[in-house]
Amino acid sequence: MTNYDLIVLGSGPGGYVAAIRAAQLGLKTAIVERENLGGICLNWGCIPTKALLRSAEIYHYMSHAGDYGLSAQGISADLGAVVKRSRGVAKQLNQGIGHLMKKNKITVHMGDGAITAPGKLTVTKDGKAEELTAKNIIIATGARARDLAFAPADGKRIWTYRHAMVPPEMPKKLLVIGSGAIGIEFASFYNDMGAEVTVVEMLDRIVPVEDADVSTFLEKALKKQGMTILTGAGVEEVKATASGVSAKIKDKDGAVSAHDFTHCIVAIGIVPNSENIGLEALSIESERGHIKTDPMCRTNVPGVWAIGDITAPPWLAHKASHEGVIAAEAIAQSLGNKDVHPHAMDVRNIPGCTYCHPQVASVGLTEAKARQAGYELKIGNFPFIGNGKAIALGEAEGFIKTIFDAKTGELLGAHMVGAEVTELIQGYTIGKTAELVEADFMHTVFPHPTLSEMMHESVLGAYGKMLHM
Amino acid sequence: MPIELKMPALSPTMEEGTLAKWLVKVGDSVASGDLLAEIETDKATMEFEAIDEGIVTEILVAEGTDGVKVGTVIAVISSEDGDAAPAAKAPTAVVSAPASPSAASATPPAASAAPPAAAVPTVPVKSAGDRIKASPLAKRIAAGKGIDLAGIVGTGPNGRIVKADIDAAQPGVPAAATITAPVAASAASASAIPANAPAAPFSSDIPHSAEKLSNMRKTIARRLTQSMQEAPHIYLSVDIRLDALLKLRSELNASLEARGLKLSVNDMLIKALALALHQVPACNVSFAGDRMLQYARADISVAVSIPGGLITPIIVDAGSKAISAIAAEMNDLAARAKEGKLAPHEYQGGTASISNMGMMGIKHFTAVINPPQAMIMAVGAGEKRPYVVDDALAVATVMTCTGSFDHRAIDGADGAALMKAFKTLVETPLGLVA
Repeated sequence: MTNYDLIVLGSGPGGYVAAIRAAQLGLKTAIVERENLGGICLNWGCIPTKALLRSAEIYHYMSHAGDYGLSAQGISADLGAVVKRSRGVAKQLNQGIGHLMKKNKITVHMGDGAITAPGKLTVTKDGKAEELTAKNIIIATGARARDLAFAPADGKRIWTYRHAMVPPEMPKKLLVIGSGAIGIEFASFYNDMGAEVTVVEMLDRIVPVEDADVSTFLEKALKKQGMTILTGAGVEEVKATASGVSAKIKDKDGAVSAHDFTHCIVAIGIVPNSENIGLEALSIESERGHIKTDPMCRTNVPGVWAIGDITAPPWLAHKASHEGVIAAEAIAQSLGNKDVHPHAMDVRNIPGCTYCHPQVASVGLTEAKARQAGYELKIGNFPFIGNGKAIALGEAEGFIKTIFDAKTGELLGAHMVGAEVTELIQGYTIGKTAELVEADFMHTVFPHPTLSEMMHESVLGAYGKMLHM
Repeated sequence: MPIELKMPALSPTMEEGTLAKWLVKVGDSVASGDLLAEIETDKATMEFEAIDEGIVTEILVAEGTDGVKVGTVIAVISSEDGDAAPAAKAPTAVVSAPASPSAASATPPAASAAPPAAAVPTVPVKSAGDRIKASPLAKRIAAGKGIDLAGIVGTGPNGRIVKADIDAAQPGVPAAATITAPVAASAASASAIPANAPAAPFSSDIPHSAEKLSNMRKTIARRLTQSMQEAPHIYLSVDIRLDALLKLRSELNASLEARGLKLSVNDMLIKALALALHQVPACNVSFAGDRMLQYARADISVAVSIPGGLITPIIVDAGSKAISAIAAEMNDLAARAKEGKLAPHEYQGGTASISNMGMMGIKHFTAVINPPQAMIMAVGAGEKRPYVVDDALAVATVMTCTGSFDHRAIDGADGAALMKAFKTLVETPLGLVA
């Protein structure tokens, strides 16, 4: 039996990064995984969906070749081949994690892990149990899709993200329940691939965590692409039939109507993977299954840490990875390493990205939240139509909105919708993390011609200095 | 370029320290890693290393000065490109000035600039160079509020002052720090307690000598006063028969002789207390204001008398260590404690304490809880006493132990359960080696 400095339970983007960082700091580290190294993110989440969406994007461009003075005949999409490519990408990265574990001398234990006491963990595989001990344990077991209570996903007609990623056939008429990042990305993918898509959102706008201006803009853009969007609406009933799915939808005026679809994707949120890992026995504090932690990822039980989706929101891969580094460094420090200086997580500086078409990206407070918090605001909003590069790309739809505290010049939030904004948001994120003020953004030289010039213009606009509008 | 060397924060609770000894003099050239000075903190004497290289051009705080606030410039070194110190001093002054013209009146007390708990150990022992490092937003907010950045300890990267530091420094606004660990809890509450100076100067006609308080004495005074003021103590005493434990000890020592190890009664009591805390977890807690911390491990702080005061080195997770391991660790910790060479993590923390005055013949005493812990065990002398065994008067070796419990966190019945568990473990001591 080996005694480790650290055992990480779960090898998703939180867990495997924590393990690498801990190993780099000289800790004797092991990782426990029940299914695939890399977890949901790179096997069944972020990465394979990006591969799918890339295919959809290229298909979209090919279908609009004429807009660019090109012609393309006989364009068609082979869903099987698209999915195959996506699985190939996932496999490549999964093997990459295996190499990273090996390179960093991290012991991988495949099996179901459960903590039996502080510092003790049992890994069960094929009925055989192995006991491991460690000075510290990081829980990084993540989360899974929430099922509809009245219509659990069956993988045939009713899908979660996981089924939607490896579809048995191309849906002709698709119902997407929920308009968060996952729902909207699949709606966008299947819409681009030629399905007739209906999105039902319970709240009064789609992508409800985003700024209201972004929701309004995106709804218009998706409707223009042919999507049906019902907000303030609820799904009363979903039934799988031999030929498809029948659903009863209550619209925002309370009228219930029956609709038929070929398939349905349920994307109404997540539930934490908190069962059977020993949380109860240790009296680890949690709230609705999500473990409570302090900004250094400590739980209430000394020596037990938690990161990623099993903890408080936002439930994003990059938040999990970052927490993995913080926890690994804090553990190294607790074991006497004086050269590491872990910094506490600040959730206000975590960006969020949605890869629909057009893309959505944001960091910090929405305008409504900032007003609610009592700030006096200065707001800039620059449209893509005012940017040379956007017009040249043929992507003149979208905007960049920035929200500043009028008193201090603090960047409270930034919200973008349009082409490639998921690659732009990091600029504002660095600025927020470094606590830059409006003058720093104004004094920064942005390269021409790029989409990033809009980031400059938006800040200038907040202070009445916009140049190109 | 001249570099200002500032009084470093060498432990989380350190607010000021004594510049015990300079190891360099003006004109010396120093390289990164060279020892510059010995600094006496509230608990230990530590060495202050150079980070930058250059020539010492000025020593601003004389050797032996005590009460030097963290952040005070104690010396200046210039990099070896030959610029002279006097010329370089001007920009230093100018840089701190524009931060706030009205700084003097608005400077908050240094104590309120304590770093947030989560960032405690990260304050680097590094000079800030010739300018104050602060984020643009921190500068803007400080200027708006008339706060002098020179009085603020930065918790950002490389000691940079960030918005949270300014927020924490506002007079009357408590730091947003959450209590995250026992050490942090004590740091946070300690900084809230004013120094315990008598209200009026004390004078006496009786012939006497007066000696200034050492930093350790100040810390002892502050923490013990804090404990008695904040934690309502209850005391629970039991008599414990020692004969079985003494017999086991001599047998164990006979078999350990070959290894050159000798167990003391105290080593066995440390283990017994840890196991008792495992059995009665309700006593292995901290009262932390708005919540209770329940520890999953019993780390026992052991009171050790040292010249000029006392210190409590910790046996981490004593319940899962063999008594021989505890003995070896205690020997090492006690020896280094007496030389003032314990590292902060070796005496800060712990989930409960033990204090043994048996070797001094004390029959019974009560001890003051070591906050943020919630219990301490006071151990009296083992002595032959008339004792009722099987309804007949006999002679037995008996000691009286008294637990002090923080009544905010621990109910009397739970305290009693702990004392009973402790008594049972000591009287039937095979459980200690099982």
